[in-house]
Amino acid sequence: MDQETKVIKVRNMYKKFGDFIANDDLSFDVFKGEIFGFLGANGAGKTTAIRILCGLSYPTSGEIEVAGFNVYKQRELLKRKIGYMSQKFSLYEDLTVYENIRFYGGIYGLPLKEIKRKATDLLQRLNLEAVRDTRIGELPLGWKQKLAFSVALIHEPEIIFLDEPTGGVDPITRRQFWDLIYEAAKSGVTIFVTTHYMDEAEYCDRISIMVDGKIEALDTPDHLKEQFNAETMNDVFLRLAR
Amino acid sequence: MNRFIGFIKKEFFHILRDKRSMLILFGMPIVQLLLFGFMITTELRNVNIAILDHAKDNYSLEITNKITSSGYFNLTENLQSEKEIEEIFRAGKANAVIVFDRSLERDVVNGFPGKIQLITDASDPNVANLVVKYLEGIVQNYQITLNRTTLNTVGIKPEMRMVFNPALESVYMYVPGIMATILMLVSAMMTSISIAREKELGTMEILLVSPLRPVQIILGKVTPYLVLSVINAIVIISMGYFVFHVPVLGSLVFLMVESILFILLALSLGILISTVADSQQVAMMISMFALMLPTILLSGFIFPIRNMPLPLQVLSNIMPPKWYIVILKNIMLKGVGVAYVWKETLILIGMTLAFIGLSVRKFKIRLE
Amino acid sequence: MSTSINIKGIFKSYDSVKALNDISLDINQGELFGLIGADGAGKTTLFRLLATLLLPDAGSIDMEGYDVVNSYKKIRNLLGYMPGRFSLYQDLSVMENLNFFATVFNTKIEENIDLIEDIWKQIEPFKDRKAGKLSGGMKQKLALCCALIHKPKVLLLDEPTTGVDAVSRSEFWQILKKIQQYGITIVVATPYMDEATLCDRVALLDKGAILQVDTPQGVVSTYRKALYAITGANIYDMMLLLRKYEFTESVFAFGQELHYTDKRDEFDTNQLQHYLKEALQQDVLVRSINPNIEDCFMALSIQKNK
Repeated sequence: MDQETKVIKVRNMYKKFGDFIANDDLSFDVFKGEIFGFLGANGAGKTTAIRILCGLSYPTSGEIEVAGFNVYKQRELLKRKIGYMSQKFSLYEDLTVYENIRFYGGIYGLPLKEIKRKATDLLQRLNLEAVRDTRIGELPLGWKQKLAFSVALIHEPEIIFLDEPTGGVDPITRRQFWDLIYEAAKSGVTIFVTTHYMDEAEYCDRISIMVDGKIEALDTPDHLKEQFNAETMNDVFLRLAR
Repeated sequence: MNRFIGFIKKEFFHILRDKRSMLILFGMPIVQLLLFGFMITTELRNVNIAILDHAKDNYSLEITNKITSSGYFNLTENLQSEKEIEEIFRAGKANAVIVFDRSLERDVVNGFPGKIQLITDASDPNVANLVVKYLEGIVQNYQITLNRTTLNTVGIKPEMRMVFNPALESVYMYVPGIMATILMLVSAMMTSISIAREKELGTMEILLVSPLRPVQIILGKVTPYLVLSVINAIVIISMGYFVFHVPVLGSLVFLMVESILFILLALSLGILISTVADSQQVAMMISMFALMLPTILLSGFIFPIRNMPLPLQVLSNIMPPKWYIVILKNIMLKGVGVAYVWKETLILIGMTLAFIGLSVRKFKIRLE
Repeated sequence: MSTSINIKGIFKSYDSVKALNDISLDINQGELFGLIGADGAGKTTLFRLLATLLLPDAGSIDMEGYDVVNSYKKIRNLLGYMPGRFSLYQDLSVMENLNFFATVFNTKIEENIDLIEDIWKQIEPFKDRKAGKLSGGMKQKLALCCALIHKPKVLLLDEPTTGVDAVSRSEFWQILKKIQQYGITIVVATPYMDEATLCDRVALLDKGAILQVDTPQGVVSTYRKALYAITGANIYDMMLLLRKYEFTESVFAFGQELHYTDKRDEFDTNQLQHYLKEALQQDVLVRSINPNIEDCFMALSIQKNK
């Protein structure tokens, strides 16, 4: 993690839907290569915030910079510098592994030659060369998620947003997935992740916990446990969110 | 009984709260009726006609004058020979051609009926029909004034010929056609979609696991749509009658009985579709392709069956709406009773029983 | 204690996929029983078999003395079932949903109000809200209410806590404990390993087969190896290093710790600690710990797949 470079800068971010305040004065920074855990109960305002950071919706007010770009004016530039993966949206089930890679490479305007090179490289790293021409739908969930993550990195984004990436996966595959996350972070990609698994939260460098639209806590897992005098992150979460 | 009422209440909540359903249920029949009704509007303006005047005498010139000054017609072309007629129709330059016989004046003077031929492009049957009526009227008017001025009674006999759709089949067909379409849509499509929705949402799992029997589920699903379809049938018939003056010459009760029979048939088709469709989308697609298109295209609603190629004519026999439309037409326009439509009715009853049997058998008590 | 559900030699395949492979299991009356496993382990298939929604390829299931295939009608009367996805009518209000399910089961809300009273108190403020507009946790509670409305003897809950936040999850489990006091047999499927400890007994399910059936304590006690937690500043580097270490049998990340087992039956933790300290130039602590359910699950899963 490079504490000098801030890739996400959020100052006094508000998002209102009529009378309802989904994001209430959020301010935080995320550093280059950091694994940033973004936690909160259902309906706490996480999804709203992620949408804004991904340039999918405008905040009501606040200064927000993602990958050096302004979320109001430079959304298209911003989108080239970020990747996104969620449990729900990943790859096309009826396309083969390679076709998916080529499609996503194509979206970001990579030349075919480079896509091919990256595809070979990616499949080699994941040990999935054998399924290059297999349709995604036929693969086990764990493989799909690993592939989806790698494909989301194909355009070498500075930040990748992961929305509950490991839901439903068995514990071993889940850890293999986190290996990929660590590896990406090590190479300088910033990871912005939401999860309901509290032990996963502890894999993060820093964690923010949102309650009712506000960030109620933001620190390293160790500090948070200390601060709330709790054994586990689960206890911290329960103490805050209740 | 309590269960049944509870189920139906819930079903009505779904329908009343879904704007799309409401639109299809009550917007569609009205919009379709108005559209078709507008199409057969009884007013005529600026219809292009051409004249082929073999006579070139006083009578022909005066009639031509009457026609062009009536305000309904534009004279676009004076033709020289019969050969040009087809061409002018194909080019769409005229909706009707008036041909005056060479011996028009001589015939009239000699007391024979004078011959005028009206040829209309009946590919648009409503317009063709109106054009004929108007032209007939003008010629008759002229005849009356002629009779006043001369001593002997003269006759001019306009002879009508329609090309492309000689029997003029679809005029007045639209009300029976719309009835069939709407009832099919409401009963079959909406039922299949509403069952498929329960599957999609997973609520069907809970219903199956509950002590409800399949028949109870089916009846609960079907009853609201039966009620709504009957209401729709009444709305269509009254709108046709009051707004567009489409007659109901036969027994209204008999008409409703036949309609309920057709609704039951459509409902059982809807259940049958829902047994194979796992999502609303699939149910919609199947209903569209297997029911709506054939109803519109193959039932004689828009395209006359006798003009179809033979394979399609054969195929149209297994389309339930075809028989229903025949029945409706007979009851509404000809005013006949059961004696004339018992054959069609029996076919509908047979189809209904077959589909009910099939759908109840195929309705699963489990997920596979 | 008598048996509520008796599962014998169940096989179930979809086309070429073997969803369940020789499952045998006894679940006792009034027990809170957990089926623990990831997506694709076969939990939902087993639930649908129990709920009379699927037929097994082979084997038999008895529930409260009735065969699930032949006496499915009887079973449907004594079963409360909550499918994996939220399966209520989103366009009906909370109250309308409850009323509907009450009439489906030929009962009235008032008749069994004591059973659902605690949950009902929590959702009552929203009783006129459309079910689709409820938060995730509230939806689950309403679904539970609907499944309990006829006071079933057996309650089947397929992943009731998936995708629900930690707070709602812990509340949900407290509710289950209360329901259990009415003598209802509760079978819960969950992918969250930490929830296993909240059950009376659990079956660990992996790829259509049972890894183990026991009490949570029993599962943990069968863990055969000595387990160590290693903590230090740079977890990821330490894990990469340990994977190459010649004596490593397994190393997994657990929050901010690594859980480590050694190939040797006996070894000196100081030696390992020293090795890591030297290699990484940082403080490292190695200490012996008790395994948790997740450790056991992974160990069993690896052992089976060998």
